[in-house]
Amino acid sequence: MSDILKSNVPEGPLAEKWVNYRGTMPLVAPNNKRNIEIIVVGTGLAGASAAATLGELGYKVKCFTFHDSPRRAHSIAAQGGINAAKNYQNDGDSVYRLFYDTIKGGDYRSREANVHRLAEVSRDIIDQCAAQGVPFAREYGGLLANRSFGGVQVSRTFYARGQTGQQLLIGAYSALSRQISRGSVKMYNRHEMLDLVKIDGKARGIVTRNLLNGKIESHAGHCVVLATGGYGNVFYLSTNAMNSNVSAAWRAHKKGVFFANPCYTQIHPTCIPVSGEYQSKLTLMSESLRNDGRVWVPKKKEDCKKDPTTIPEEDRDYYLERIYPAFGNLVPRDVASRAAKYVTDEGRGVGATGLAVYLDFASAIERYGKSEANSKGMNNATPAQITEMGEAVVKAKYGNLFHMYEKIVDENPYKTPMKIFPAVHYTMGGVWVDYNLQTTVPGCFALGEANFSDHGANRLGASALMQGLADGYFVIPYTIGTFLANEIRTPQISSDSPEFKAAEAEVKARIKGVLDVNGNQSVESFHRRLGRIMWDYCGMSRNAEGLTKARQMIRELRAEFQSDVFVPGSNDEYNPELEKALRVADFLELGELMICDALDRNESCGGHYREEYNENGEALRRDDDYMYVAAWEYTQDNADWNLHKEELDYENIEVKTRSYK
Amino acid sequence: MAEKTINIKLKVWRQGGEFGGGKLVDYSLDDVGTDMSFLEMFDVLNEKLIAEKKTPVSFEHDCREGICGTCSMVINGQPHGPMKGTTTCQLHMRSFNDGDTIVVEPFRAKSFPVIRDLVVDRSSFDAIIQAGGYISVNTGQAQDANAIPVEKDVSDAAFDAATCIGCGACVAACPNSAAMLFTSAKVSHLSTLPQGKVESSKRVQAMVNQMDKEGFGMCSNIKACEAECPKEISVDNIALMNRQYLASVLGSDKQA
Repeated sequence: MSDILKSNVPEGPLAEKWVNYRGTMPLVAPNNKRNIEIIVVGTGLAGASAAATLGELGYKVKCFTFHDSPRRAHSIAAQGGINAAKNYQNDGDSVYRLFYDTIKGGDYRSREANVHRLAEVSRDIIDQCAAQGVPFAREYGGLLANRSFGGVQVSRTFYARGQTGQQLLIGAYSALSRQISRGSVKMYNRHEMLDLVKIDGKARGIVTRNLLNGKIESHAGHCVVLATGGYGNVFYLSTNAMNSNVSAAWRAHKKGVFFANPCYTQIHPTCIPVSGEYQSKLTLMSESLRNDGRVWVPKKKEDCKKDPTTIPEEDRDYYLERIYPAFGNLVPRDVASRAAKYVTDEGRGVGATGLAVYLDFASAIERYGKSEANSKGMNNATPAQITEMGEAVVKAKYGNLFHMYEKIVDENPYKTPMKIFPAVHYTMGGVWVDYNLQTTVPGCFALGEANFSDHGANRLGASALMQGLADGYFVIPYTIGTFLANEIRTPQISSDSPEFKAAEAEVKARIKGVLDVNGNQSVESFHRRLGRIMWDYCGMSRNAEGLTKARQMIRELRAEFQSDVFVPGSNDEYNPELEKALRVADFLELGELMICDALDRNESCGGHYREEYNENGEALRRDDDYMYVAAWEYTQDNADWNLHKEELDYENIEVKTRSYK
Repeated sequence: MAEKTINIKLKVWRQGGEFGGGKLVDYSLDDVGTDMSFLEMFDVLNEKLIAEKKTPVSFEHDCREGICGTCSMVINGQPHGPMKGTTTCQLHMRSFNDGDTIVVEPFRAKSFPVIRDLVVDRSSFDAIIQAGGYISVNTGQAQDANAIPVEKDVSDAAFDAATCIGCGACVAACPNSAAMLFTSAKVSHLSTLPQGKVESSKRVQAMVNQMDKEGFGMCSNIKACEAECPKEISVDNIALMNRQYLASVLGSDKQA
């Protein structure tokens, strides 16, 4: 174990750690909270819930987003649902089972104590959100409904049609709005964090750019909370929003925050396939669809261009059901994505590009239709009536997703199977944090997708919303006290100090640098090329030779960017191209670190699949050598990063080869 | 999906910087793939402008899957363009024909000042929510989620109102620039649920007052808001809000 990386996991039995710790941790008294300022960056589920709750507790909160409103953060696009160990369905769920599923789903690469805490507080989240007015789906008896997600055998996912993220974010946004109106949170919209400021080794503020007029501003506080999301857009094409970026986390990394497991990226199996060169982003089709949709490709290559509805049952290969009978279509995302890659590599992919598989609802429509007919006493229902009633049930469950699919693809998914393909969706890696969610820089915390802590090498569906809200509502409000209890004598931090001035000067120089290149290629073109390198060599499958080559390619691309990028306009105005240029510059550095991490990890686990390490195509972990969190320290010369290892101990779970067969 | 292409002409509102107080500027684009989204078409236009070292068109966008509410644009006179129940980012070029001239302007309203080109300031919406668009419950105060059963129909009705994405198309569509649909959707979402009934009369007053303070106009039952809403939110919410507001002002809110 590295002596720098202290996980600070409390002593005691796993199931009692959090409760005991919460009951004994240092507190900040209400009169002192009023004098302590907290900076929260980001207003997604984690940031908005943290800012609102810290405001309720009486802290003075300053909250920042680059969006025009805190309601826009990309948490809003999450579709399927949020997990909680409520066991409302009486199907054997429990805190332990959610904990176990998450550790196993993460391929035994996450920290036990953090994951157990996540499972414990999951139940409180549902209560809180229901009280805020989140309109979760309900049964006719008025109680909450559930559905299943991948990698689990219980129904523990709460949902609000296919718009769960939107409804949860609106809930957190309204809680935040309430605190803004009370003056306990001061909101800064359209402000992008461009640097972290440290004084005497502690995080004491940030430097931002006002996106309306380019003004560089310093904001000081007693501590800084980063809730700035993931870095999937390093791949250019992903399901992330266009403006999602790594810059806040990356700037903190360059100020001493370690970056953990950057190579762990989640490729989501069910996205709408790429249709053309101009494509700007990819759209997810929720994993919840795999509750009812069956994934297949033709058995014979020559059938791949045929109308799928004309291919008889015996000529279809429902490959997930065939290979993984225990979990079927609901295997975890990494497993489903790799399986799709194999069948398309074999030449059995469908659609114009051959890079797609079918997700078929015909049998679900028939099953639901028959059930409806039965409940209505229609013993002689015609096939057409059954189909009609079945389609109505499917529409009620997934209507908005089908609608979205039809708008994008121009095909009716009730009548012809959806075509789907894996795409970059989420990043399990992120800022290294201890049990308190504190980074390696004291006073700097990281929440939600921005940190690395809970999902190991693969995240299970409906767990991102759970983690974001757990961190924001129920973890940071307590654990931040471990730092702030020692800061009650610290007077208000001034942003006039030399440290802030130096950071401002550095930010201004960086902006001037990128504007002054005045080359010939657009920012977008560099981003596209970076994404291509990352997808080809550090995507669904990786090998040492390709990674080594890609590292060199990225260095060359970065040098080309620095000498030939063209950014129109100036700093002192609304300038989206400049915003993009600063973000892409950071992605060009992060990409290299991801490759270093993928090269270091000579094993396959979860979303990280190294071709050299497999057993009949299944990921081959090497626990003796790689059961650690790789936390990378930035070095000033930028030639290489220092690797620190946090060994993972599994005291409560037997580490096994993951099997969904 | 055989890729079809069309040639189009654009008249785009440019404002700020070299364009000063604003004007429509002509552009033409050839070989636009019909599977392209409307915003991807703007990406192509901007790449072209950047290659010519000209200033690209500023427009707001983020999720590009119709849920974040960031994108706007009035396309040929309609907020979010011609397709019903669709945001600009989900509109595709297959909705247009070869040779079409497409006029693109920002969402226009006194309470949505233009920042640049097609970008407007919608922070007045945040102010309305801050005035009362929430249920007053602190973190940790909630009881078990199943302790209050909610009839499925009631829950579904609340959901229909809650799907508002806060884009502002309703305001842009309204000749009075009223924010009634936006405000009433939130009032209705919260007051329909038992959790939100408790403070409903205080909420409706605070939100309506803030809406007036932000300079939005009055409702005259034109219903353009409902027609253009990308989430197809019903004007019934406005009626509900008016009823609640009157009841709360006249003191008979207990029956509302």
